[in-house]
Amino acid sequence: MSEFITSIKENNSIVIIETNGYLNNVGGEEISAIVYERMAQGQTKFLINMAGTKIVNSIGVSILIEIIEKLQEVNGKIGYYNLAPIVAKTFNIMGLTKYSTVYETEDAGVNEL
Amino acid sequence: MKTPSVELRLPILPNMELIATQTAEVISRHMNLTEDQGAEISMALIEACINAFEHSKAENNVFINFLIEDDSLIIKVIDQGIGFDKTKVEIPKIENKIGKDERKRGWGLQLIQELMDSVEFESNNEGTTVTMKKNIKH
Repeated sequence: MSEFITSIKENNSIVIIETNGYLNNVGGEEISAIVYERMAQGQTKFLINMAGTKIVNSIGVSILIEIIEKLQEVNGKIGYYNLAPIVAKTFNIMGLTKYSTVYETEDAGVNEL
Repeated sequence: MKTPSVELRLPILPNMELIATQTAEVISRHMNLTEDQGAEISMALIEACINAFEHSKAENNVFINFLIEDDSLIIKVIDQGIGFDKTKVEIPKIENKIGKDERKRGWGLQLIQELMDSVEFESNNEGTTVTMKKNIKH
Protein backbone atom coordinates (compact mmCIF):
# COMPACT_ATOMS: atom_id res chain seq x y z
CA MET A 1 0.00 0.00 0.00
CA SER A 2 1.08 3.58 -0.52
CA GLU A 3 -0.18 7.14 -0.21
CA PHE A 4 -1.79 6.75 -3.63
CA ILE A 5 -3.10 3.18 -3.40
CA THR A 6 -5.08 3.12 -0.19
CA SER A 7 -6.68 -0.33 -0.44
CA ILE A 8 -6.84 -3.47 -2.55
CA LYS A 9 -9.65 -5.95 -2.07
CA GLU A 10 -11.57 -8.58 -3.98
CA ASN A 11 -15.27 -8.83 -4.60
CA ASN A 12 -16.63 -11.69 -6.72
CA SER A 13 -13.19 -12.37 -8.23
CA ILE A 14 -12.79 -8.74 -9.22
CA VAL A 15 -9.77 -6.90 -7.88
CA ILE A 16 -10.81 -3.51 -6.55
CA ILE A 17 -8.09 -0.88 -6.21
CA GLU A 18 -8.82 2.32 -4.31
CA THR A 19 -6.79 5.41 -5.14
CA ASN A 20 -6.22 8.69 -3.37
CA GLY A 21 -4.67 11.86 -4.79
CA TYR A 22 -3.08 12.86 -8.08
CA LEU A 23 -3.08 10.25 -10.86
CA ASN A 24 0.21 11.14 -12.54
CA ASN A 25 2.95 8.90 -13.93
CA VAL A 26 3.84 7.65 -10.46
CA GLY A 27 0.23 6.86 -9.56
CA GLY A 28 -0.36 5.22 -12.92
CA GLU A 29 2.67 3.00 -12.47
CA GLU A 30 1.48 2.01 -9.01
CA ILE A 31 -1.85 0.90 -10.46
CA SER A 32 -0.19 -0.97 -13.32
CA ALA A 33 2.22 -2.76 -10.97
CA ILE A 34 -0.72 -4.14 -8.98
CA VAL A 35 -2.72 -5.06 -12.08
CA TYR A 36 0.20 -6.84 -13.74
CA GLU A 37 1.05 -8.70 -10.52
CA ARG A 38 -2.55 -9.90 -10.19
CA MET A 39 -2.70 -10.77 -13.91
CA ALA A 40 0.34 -12.98 -13.41
CA GLN A 41 -1.72 -14.77 -10.75
CA GLY A 42 -4.53 -15.32 -13.25
CA GLN A 43 -6.90 -12.47 -12.42
CA THR A 44 -8.43 -10.60 -15.33
CA LYS A 45 -11.05 -8.21 -13.96
CA PHE A 46 -10.23 -4.97 -12.22
CA LEU A 47 -12.17 -2.04 -10.82
CA ILE A 48 -10.63 1.24 -9.69
CA ASN A 49 -12.38 3.28 -7.03
CA MET A 50 -11.30 6.84 -7.80
CA ALA A 51 -13.30 8.63 -5.11
CA GLY A 52 -10.12 10.09 -3.67
CA THR A 53 -8.65 11.13 -7.02
CA LYS A 54 -9.96 14.53 -8.05
CA ILE A 55 -7.12 15.36 -10.38
CA VAL A 56 -5.30 13.44 -13.10
CA ASN A 57 -2.86 14.11 -15.89
CA SER A 58 -2.67 12.58 -19.34
CA ILE A 59 0.50 10.66 -18.54
CA GLY A 60 -1.18 8.83 -15.67
CA VAL A 61 -4.25 8.15 -17.80
CA SER A 62 -2.04 6.91 -20.64
CA ILE A 63 -0.80 4.20 -18.30
CA LEU A 64 -4.42 3.07 -17.93
CA ILE A 65 -4.49 2.74 -21.74
CA GLU A 66 -1.46 0.46 -21.48
CA ILE A 67 -3.32 -1.61 -18.88
CA ILE A 68 -6.38 -1.88 -21.15
CA GLU A 69 -4.12 -3.11 -23.93
CA LYS A 70 -2.52 -5.77 -21.72
CA LEU A 71 -5.92 -6.90 -20.47
CA GLN A 72 -7.20 -7.30 -24.02
CA GLU A 73 -4.54 -9.97 -24.54
CA VAL A 74 -6.18 -12.14 -21.85
CA ASN A 75 -9.80 -11.11 -22.47
CA GLY A 76 -9.66 -9.11 -19.29
CA LYS A 77 -11.54 -5.95 -18.36
CA ILE A 78 -11.08 -2.83 -16.30
CA GLY A 79 -13.67 -0.39 -15.02
CA TYR A 80 -13.80 2.66 -12.78
CA TYR A 81 -16.27 4.19 -10.35
CA ASN A 82 -16.66 7.26 -8.16
CA LEU A 83 -15.13 9.50 -10.81
CA ALA A 84 -15.03 13.28 -10.38
CA PRO A 85 -16.72 14.98 -13.36
CA ILE A 86 -13.42 16.30 -14.76
CA VAL A 87 -11.85 12.84 -14.51
CA ALA A 88 -14.82 11.33 -16.36
CA LYS A 89 -14.57 14.06 -18.99
CA THR A 90 -10.83 13.42 -19.42
CA PHE A 91 -11.45 9.68 -19.83
CA ASN A 92 -14.08 10.50 -22.43
CA ILE A 93 -11.86 12.89 -24.40
CA MET A 94 -9.01 10.37 -24.40
CA GLY A 95 -11.34 7.59 -25.50
CA LEU A 96 -10.95 5.27 -22.53
CA THR A 97 -14.70 4.89 -22.40
CA LYS A 98 -14.59 3.09 -25.77
CA TYR A 99 -12.51 0.29 -24.29
CA SER A 100 -13.47 0.31 -20.61
CA THR A 101 -16.47 1.33 -18.54
CA VAL A 102 -17.25 3.97 -15.97
CA TYR A 103 -19.72 2.74 -13.35
CA GLU A 104 -21.75 4.70 -10.86
CA THR A 105 -21.04 2.41 -7.93
CA GLU A 106 -18.95 -0.54 -6.85
CA ASP A 107 -22.01 -2.80 -6.96
CA ALA A 108 -22.76 -1.79 -10.54
CA GLY A 109 -19.18 -2.51 -11.54
CA VAL A 110 -19.07 -5.86 -9.78
CA ASN A 111 -22.38 -6.92 -11.32
CA GLU A 112 -21.63 -5.80 -14.87
CA LEU A 113 -17.87 -6.21 -15.36
CA MET B 1 -8.35 49.99 -13.80
CA LYS B 2 -5.54 47.82 -15.09
CA THR B 3 -6.49 44.18 -15.67
CA PRO B 4 -5.70 42.24 -12.46
CA SER B 5 -3.05 39.60 -13.02
CA VAL B 6 -1.17 36.90 -11.15
CA GLU B 7 2.27 35.75 -12.19
CA LEU B 8 3.98 32.49 -11.24
CA ARG B 9 7.49 31.28 -11.90
CA LEU B 10 7.73 27.51 -11.58
CA PRO B 11 10.95 25.55 -11.40
CA ILE B 12 11.00 22.43 -13.56
CA LEU B 13 10.52 19.88 -10.82
CA PRO B 14 8.06 16.98 -10.38
CA ASN B 15 4.46 17.99 -9.66
CA MET B 16 5.12 21.76 -9.78
CA GLU B 17 2.05 21.96 -12.03
CA LEU B 18 -0.02 21.52 -8.88
CA ILE B 19 1.12 24.94 -7.66
CA ALA B 20 -0.39 26.37 -10.83
CA THR B 21 -3.67 24.52 -10.26
CA GLN B 22 -3.90 25.73 -6.67
CA THR B 23 -3.51 29.31 -7.92
CA ALA B 24 -6.10 28.67 -10.63
CA GLU B 25 -8.55 27.38 -8.00
CA VAL B 26 -8.22 30.57 -5.95
CA ILE B 27 -8.71 32.72 -9.03
CA SER B 28 -11.67 30.63 -10.21
CA ARG B 29 -13.38 31.13 -6.85
CA HIS B 30 -12.64 34.87 -6.99
CA MET B 31 -14.26 35.00 -10.44
CA ASN B 32 -17.25 32.92 -9.30
CA LEU B 33 -16.62 30.29 -11.93
CA THR B 34 -18.52 27.04 -11.64
CA GLU B 35 -16.78 23.98 -10.18
CA ASP B 36 -16.75 22.38 -13.62
CA GLN B 37 -15.17 25.45 -15.20
CA GLY B 38 -12.54 25.58 -12.47
CA ALA B 39 -11.74 21.89 -12.88
CA GLU B 40 -11.43 22.26 -16.66
CA ILE B 41 -9.04 25.17 -16.24
CA SER B 42 -6.92 23.18 -13.78
CA MET B 43 -6.78 20.16 -16.07
CA ALA B 44 -5.79 22.27 -19.09
CA LEU B 45 -3.18 24.04 -16.99
CA ILE B 46 -1.68 20.74 -15.85
CA GLU B 47 -1.30 19.62 -19.44
CA ALA B 48 0.20 22.93 -20.58
CA CYS B 49 2.69 22.82 -17.69
CA ILE B 50 3.66 19.21 -18.41
CA ASN B 51 4.26 20.07 -22.06
CA ALA B 52 6.46 22.97 -20.99
CA PHE B 53 8.32 20.85 -18.43
CA GLU B 54 8.84 17.77 -20.55
CA HIS B 55 8.78 18.59 -24.22
CA SER B 56 10.23 22.07 -24.42
CA LYS B 57 13.58 20.92 -23.02
CA ALA B 58 13.61 24.23 -21.18
CA GLU B 59 16.28 24.27 -18.50
CA ASN B 60 15.13 27.07 -16.29
CA ASN B 61 11.67 28.09 -15.21
CA VAL B 62 8.21 28.05 -16.68
CA PHE B 63 6.21 31.25 -16.31
CA ILE B 64 2.45 31.39 -15.92
CA ASN B 65 0.43 34.57 -16.19
CA PHE B 66 -3.24 34.70 -15.22
CA LEU B 67 -5.13 37.71 -16.58
CA ILE B 68 -8.46 38.28 -14.84
CA GLU B 69 -10.81 40.01 -17.27
CA ASP B 70 -14.47 40.92 -16.78
CA ASP B 71 -15.73 38.20 -19.09
CA SER B 72 -12.89 35.72 -19.22
CA LEU B 73 -9.79 34.27 -17.64
CA ILE B 74 -6.70 34.24 -19.85
CA ILE B 75 -3.76 32.03 -18.90
CA LYS B 76 -0.38 32.20 -20.60
CA VAL B 77 2.11 29.37 -20.07
CA ILE B 78 5.53 30.47 -21.23
CA ASP B 79 8.69 28.41 -21.58
CA GLN B 80 12.10 29.23 -22.98
CA GLY B 81 12.60 25.86 -24.61
CA ILE B 82 13.21 24.64 -28.13
CA GLY B 83 9.72 25.34 -29.46
CA PHE B 84 7.53 23.03 -31.53
CA ASP B 85 5.66 22.96 -34.82
CA LYS B 86 1.98 22.51 -34.05
CA THR B 87 1.25 21.45 -37.63
CA LYS B 88 3.36 18.33 -37.01
CA VAL B 89 1.40 17.32 -33.91
CA GLU B 90 -1.10 14.62 -34.86
CA ILE B 91 -4.54 14.52 -33.26
CA PRO B 92 -4.37 11.43 -31.04
CA LYS B 93 -6.95 8.67 -31.36
CA ILE B 94 -7.13 5.78 -28.95
CA GLU B 95 -7.94 3.44 -31.84
CA ASN B 96 -4.46 4.16 -33.21
CA LYS B 97 -2.82 3.47 -29.88
CA ILE B 98 -4.51 0.33 -28.49
CA GLY B 99 -2.92 -2.86 -29.72
CA LYS B 100 -0.31 -1.02 -31.74
CA ASP B 101 3.27 -0.03 -31.15
CA GLU B 102 2.39 3.67 -31.06
CA ARG B 103 3.20 5.38 -27.78
CA LYS B 104 0.20 5.85 -25.56
CA ARG B 105 1.05 9.41 -24.59
CA GLY B 106 0.63 12.64 -26.57
CA TRP B 107 -2.78 13.86 -25.39
CA GLY B 108 -1.86 17.22 -23.90
CA LEU B 109 -2.76 19.59 -26.74
CA GLN B 110 -5.97 17.72 -27.48
CA LEU B 111 -7.11 18.01 -23.86
CA ILE B 112 -6.22 21.70 -23.66
CA GLN B 113 -8.20 22.44 -26.80
CA GLU B 114 -11.22 20.45 -25.63
CA LEU B 115 -11.30 21.97 -22.15
CA MET B 116 -10.71 25.66 -22.91
CA ASP B 117 -12.76 28.05 -25.05
CA SER B 118 -9.80 29.14 -27.14
CA VAL B 119 -6.12 28.24 -27.34
CA GLU B 120 -3.31 29.91 -29.27
CA PHE B 121 0.28 28.77 -29.67
CA GLU B 122 3.24 30.99 -30.46
CA SER B 123 6.44 29.04 -30.79
CA ASN B 124 9.95 29.46 -32.15
CA ASN B 125 13.38 28.16 -31.27
CA GLU B 126 13.55 30.46 -28.27
CA GLY B 127 10.42 29.22 -26.57
CA THR B 128 6.69 28.69 -26.61
CA THR B 129 3.75 30.65 -25.28
CA VAL B 130 0.42 28.87 -24.91
CA THR B 131 -2.47 31.30 -24.43
CA MET B 132 -5.64 29.68 -23.13
CA LYS B 133 -8.94 31.45 -22.56
CA LYS B 134 -11.99 30.44 -20.55
CA ASN B 135 -15.07 32.55 -21.06
CA ILE B 136 -17.17 33.24 -18.00
CA LYS B 137 -20.71 31.86 -18.12
CA HIS B 138 -22.58 32.98 -15.04
